[in-house]
Amino acid sequence: MRRKKIYLDFAATTPVDPRVLRAMMPYFSQKFGNSASLHSLGQEAKIKLEECREKIAKMISAEIPEIIFTSSATESNNLALKGIAFANREKGRHILISEIEHESVLKTAEWLKGEGFEVEKIKVDSYGLVDLDDLKKKIRRETILVSVIFVNNEIGTKQEIEKIGKICKERGVIFHTDAVQAFGKVLIDVKKMQVDLLSASSHKVYGPKGAAFLYCRKGIKITPLLHGGGQEFALRSSTVNLPAIVGFATAAEICHKEMKRETERVEKLRNFFVQQILSQIKGSHLNGHPEKRIPHIVNFWFEGIEGESLVLRLDMEGICISTGSACSSFSLEPSHVLLALGLKPWQAHGSLRFSLGRKTQKEDLIFTIECLKKIVEDLRKISPFKLKK
Amino acid sequence: MIPYNKKVLEHFRHPHNFGKMKNPDAVGKAGNLVCGDVMYLYLKIGKNKKNEEIIKDVKFETLGCAAAIATSSVITDLIKNKKIEDVFDFKSSEIIKELGGLPPQKIHCSLLATEALKEAIYDYFKKKKRKIPEKLQKEHERILKQKEILEKKYRKNE
Repeated sequence: MRRKKIYLDFAATTPVDPRVLRAMMPYFSQKFGNSASLHSLGQEAKIKLEECREKIAKMISAEIPEIIFTSSATESNNLALKGIAFANREKGRHILISEIEHESVLKTAEWLKGEGFEVEKIKVDSYGLVDLDDLKKKIRRETILVSVIFVNNEIGTKQEIEKIGKICKERGVIFHTDAVQAFGKVLIDVKKMQVDLLSASSHKVYGPKGAAFLYCRKGIKITPLLHGGGQEFALRSSTVNLPAIVGFATAAEICHKEMKRETERVEKLRNFFVQQILSQIKGSHLNGHPEKRIPHIVNFWFEGIEGESLVLRLDMEGICISTGSACSSFSLEPSHVLLALGLKPWQAHGSLRFSLGRKTQKEDLIFTIECLKKIVEDLRKISPFKLKK
Repeated sequence: MIPYNKKVLEHFRHPHNFGKMKNPDAVGKAGNLVCGDVMYLYLKIGKNKKNEEIIKDVKFETLGCAAAIATSSVITDLIKNKKIEDVFDFKSSEIIKELGGLPPQKIHCSLLATEALKEAIYDYFKKKKRKIPEKLQKEHERILKQKEILEKKYRKNE
């Protein structure tokens, strides 16, 4: 048994960067003040909070008060969808989302249906790119919101966000994007991209769990989910989780500084990995777009194999990966994202996601490919479906 | 990750009696590609000293999750050398007991193995042109019907 674990699930979560942890430490027991308190300890916290807000705002070319800190991207997505729906229901009750949204958008939209809203889905092509003509066709006078995931968490396909932003702007529809897998990995300019709302999370960018934000453009009407002390411009009452937010801002800053170098490095590794898998493992296929994709996420399907078996066998070798989305592991249903691309259910069941990160080295990938090759062979020996020669 | 116990993982990692059987006396197919679990069970029927029909040899081929593979493996152990009439009404609870339990959401996987066994016995009786017991006939029809429902559900992705 190998002692060292090979973690290839960075799209699920990332380890906290030691520099981030150091930056957070004083805010637990020394500078523990409540940012809503008037005294100096509180004011010290308030100043730090606003400093973090400014850092994040600058990274996406937003104004400082347009950043609302939340506890998770799920909360940000809930606030975006429910908040916009309830604040704008006099204007209309029609909402558009893509077919390949994360559960936190999908399930929120489904819930809104029960509250009297109409939800329609925008089609994607076989690579997972939103069909822009379908989007144009489906926007109507009553449409109040369009929500499209920036980078899909399962397949890594990156949307043409600027084009979607332009279409929404021209038609006067509010545009939200779940940018959880994009933030910190690609440059985001909400002004240029004409995005009205954007969600991002700390624990995907080497920050702690428990911090996230929603960018909400000035002038957009939004209803809060949490009422109380009026924190976060009265849009998200709750005592501010300053240690986590400090961690988030520090982590995001590091990602931004190292983005160019890290993107190039991961891209090179990813290309090597894809090329090796496709050439060394017969009956393997790449899911998602061949070019318009984020460097760190790749998804394959293997003929004659079931994903959970593969994940478990790899785990026995110390390799951590996901099948479809980590959240789907308990649902037993084939991934809605892969089905939307037109994959057949058994192809979706045989799909695996590998996500690379800061700690990934070439030798980890070489070892993974070796194990994968052997395990796929083993499982195919057990499977009734043999590869066609 | 779904928490499997050691015994399940052991069967999953080193399954018993897997592979295709040459000239089987009966084959039972269960499951569906749509749900990602498919099992083929092969039987060789022989006779014991009392001249009763027994399962002389058994092999399986399974595409599926760890629970599906482990239950496939364990059922081959449990039915080998047993009289046909004794495994006729094999309960999936026996498999689960033998494995020392399965995670709740994986309990249904054990049905794959018992269904494959029932289908194999059905196949044997049919080949031998014997009268098929009513219970087995009903099970056979239920399995077919279930398959149809599932296939319909995902037809658009066919």
